[in-house]
Amino acid sequence: MWSIVHKMGSPPWFFRFANGAIAWLLPIVLITLVVGCVWGLLIAPPDYRQGNSYRIIFIHVPAAVVALAGYYVMATAGLMSLVWKIKMADTAMRALAPVGAALTFVALVTGSIWGKPTWGAWWVWDARITSMLILLFLYLGVMALSEAFDNKVAAAKACAVLSLVGTVNIPIIYKSVDWWYSLHQPASIKFTGESAIDASMLYPLLLMIVAFYGLFALSVLLRMRTELLVTHRQSAWLRSELS
Amino acid sequence: MYFETWSAVWHMEGHGPYVWGAYSLTALVIVLLVLSPWVRARELTQDIRNEQRRAAAASALGADHASET
Repeated sequence: MWSIVHKMGSPPWFFRFANGAIAWLLPIVLITLVVGCVWGLLIAPPDYRQGNSYRIIFIHVPAAVVALAGYYVMATAGLMSLVWKIKMADTAMRALAPVGAALTFVALVTGSIWGKPTWGAWWVWDARITSMLILLFLYLGVMALSEAFDNKVAAAKACAVLSLVGTVNIPIIYKSVDWWYSLHQPASIKFTGESAIDASMLYPLLLMIVAFYGLFALSVLLRMRTELLVTHRQSAWLRSELS
Repeated sequence: MYFETWSAVWHMEGHGPYVWGAYSLTALVIVLLVLSPWVRARELTQDIRNEQRRAAAASALGADHASET
């Protein structure tokens, strides 16, 4: 475990790892996204109550699931940066925040578009939706803080503290549909017990969740690699890596 | 396929604009998420390589001068 953390914290090792992982992830993400979209849009049957508007689920749920999971990843990176002062964890945090923000934005906007034909409104101040909006502000806050300091160490500290405090919001988002009387439908997929969704819709949904996790990893690694190119521009290892 | 014709795919029994709107917007965000760091990394790599080439050329020139004198 410690040797892995140690290795991941080394920029040259991470740069090589990212290069390899990106080459693998790109085709996997492309294929799963295309197959998942065709399956969800054209092959899966319509919902018996919502009709075809439910097809938005195949992007809405994956974006939301990965935006939430991504927040835990960012908070973990924040903790590592705070406790062990690992610079690579700080790089990860800065790469994670915009990707998480983009996915939260997608979840909110697709949810809003889905809401119009289903609930009759583009937006409602519902517990689930409001807590998702707070998630977007947390991601944006980390992005803003990382740029707000001239001192990189102070910026990393502030980002880490904000991301750790923000984790309080994640269980609230998960549980919001159970705790409050909500307009938002309850979870379709459950870890325990049977899912409230038919197999003909479940398989493309699971495939799209895999695709979005891959997309998340790909995009974060691309950003981390780019930041390494900036911060280690003068390093001998980077120059020998590129020549 | 569930739909009979391509125009049925487009209309989706009245839900077409919502579904296709949501998917196009998501596609745009995905393309930006991957493309923007990709392009930036390419520019940086190119930049660093050019700098290396210039440095190598300069040092080669310096070595030539040194050998002449």
